[in-house]
Amino acid sequence: MAIIEVKDVRTVFGERVVHDGLNLSVNKGEIYGLLGPSGCGKTTLLRELVMLQDFAGGHINILGHSLESISHTEAQKLRREWGVLFQAGALFSSLTVAENIALPLVEYTDLSKKMIDEIVAFKINLVGLKQVDGSLYPSEISGGMKKKSALARALSMDPKLLFLDEPTSGLDPISARDFDSLILNLRELLGLSIVMVSHDLQSIYDTLDRMAIIDNKKIAFEGTLKEVRSVNNAFIQTFFREG
Amino acid sequence: MSQASLHVDIQDKQLLLNFSGDLNLYTITKLQNQADTLNTLEIKSIEINLDELSYLDTSAAIFINNLKSQYEKQGIEVLLCIKQEDIESTLALVQNISSEPLSTAVKTPSQFLESFGKSIYEYYLGVVSFFNFLGNLFATKLHYLRSVKKIRYKEIAFDINESGIKALPIIALTAFLIGLVVAYQSAYQLKMYGANIFLVDMLGISILRELAPLITAIVIAGRSGSAFTAQIGAMKITEELDAMRTMGFDPYIFLVIPRILALMIVMPILIFVADIMGVIGGMLIANIDLQITTGQFLERFTQVVDIKHFYIGIFKGPFFAFLIASIGIYRGLRVKNDTQSIGFNTTKSVVESIFAVIVCDALFSIAFTNLGI
Repeated sequence: MAIIEVKDVRTVFGERVVHDGLNLSVNKGEIYGLLGPSGCGKTTLLRELVMLQDFAGGHINILGHSLESISHTEAQKLRREWGVLFQAGALFSSLTVAENIALPLVEYTDLSKKMIDEIVAFKINLVGLKQVDGSLYPSEISGGMKKKSALARALSMDPKLLFLDEPTSGLDPISARDFDSLILNLRELLGLSIVMVSHDLQSIYDTLDRMAIIDNKKIAFEGTLKEVRSVNNAFIQTFFREG
Repeated sequence: MSQASLHVDIQDKQLLLNFSGDLNLYTITKLQNQADTLNTLEIKSIEINLDELSYLDTSAAIFINNLKSQYEKQGIEVLLCIKQEDIESTLALVQNISSEPLSTAVKTPSQFLESFGKSIYEYYLGVVSFFNFLGNLFATKLHYLRSVKKIRYKEIAFDINESGIKALPIIALTAFLIGLVVAYQSAYQLKMYGANIFLVDMLGISILRELAPLITAIVIAGRSGSAFTAQIGAMKITEELDAMRTMGFDPYIFLVIPRILALMIVMPILIFVADIMGVIGGMLIANIDLQITTGQFLERFTQVVDIKHFYIGIFKGPFFAFLIASIGIYRGLRVKNDTQSIGFNTTKSVVESIFAVIVCDALFSIAFTNLGI
């Protein structure tokens, strides 16, 4: 069952055409990768999926809502059903890690303070942080911890769908592999569907079920890792060269 | 939003809690309140039935687990009935990795004397670190100015335009309005004594000597000093300053000295413009309100307003500029690695530089008076 469907999406920045007719679909429970050379518009597509950016033409359907004709109320509802992890974490610097995670719970639910504290403690554990880290401010923690905290914030409302923008970039290889297994675990435990933009080859091999490769404004390939090597495309050949 | 309900049944000493529907973030608070009101004094065993649940998220799983352990603590036997596998696994997940939230230490409100002392001490440390910055600037960096080649003329020119020339319109307008207002208010008083022509003496001295330099410095502190702080603070957050250091470019030479020099060069020019505009503002009111013609005004001006007043005003310019630029840059370098810090330091930079300018002006006043100038 497809939870995200992208049809003929066209994106134009001024004169420059970024996407010219993208088609892809993400199924429930999948870890789906958006790949491609730098500047091909992976992050742009991700921003379009989470309604941060308009697209010039085509259709995007997420969890049964079509984004080009969504009302404000429906959009607000949809925003609570997904979590987004930004490249640099984008934690709110005036709040502690725990307050960052608690923020959506405080704003959107009528849960008691005690209950929120317990949920936050659980999420902190879930992503592999220590409880003491919760009282630190984003400027006081390392890059890896920022990513984990941001992931915990993205997970705070128990979303069905998670968007990750280069989750392992800027992490050392060990933390990066830990992050991969964390993502795999979370998918297993919480039944998430995950869409991620990634450049990290190891992470691509370890985590992705299926992927779309964007090259030259189009989808150059959509499918599984096994199928990708047989595709005749300059970028794919270099990127997935047997090494 | 989906619904959840709790059906309570009491048989003898057994309590039956029957949950049904969608148990999630939005629905558990109601059920939590309902469960809290239950009287369990007489109860020996409780059966929590989750068979009719359609969905259970991790928050709800925490709630169910808490409910269970809460009853068990009271010595009641608890039985969980779960059929669906996914609900069972969510419960197990939460049980395995849940943890007690840290009890946040309650801050006792500090005593007035304590907090007062602390803030004074912090202020003292701030002053010390500012002098540290100045010392660093004078002791190690100023020698770069000795060699003409090493001065970054391009940066200085850029900053003169950016923080000086572009501020001309706003300074001209402000000075004009101040001249207007001062003349208008005094005109009313002077008219009563028929001392109309003395307006020229008053305006000339106050504007040239005090008002124009001060107004210019205040506008520049608000406009350019704050920009210095924000620019350098943002560069610090994005590690541009560190990048410069690793490449062997000294930020003091590339960023600090050109800005200070630029402001010191352009400030007298701005004060000169403010002088002109302020006097024009006063002249306008003299003409309209006191019927002093432009010719009379200028004639009287040359007779009574000594050239030294103009020089003193201009002379203050570089000093004010140095204070504004160095405080702005110092505040920028103090920005820590978070976005809040930029706002905080920018505010501080403007407040402190205006304060420093006024203190400096007061010192000049005393010095010049004692010197008889």
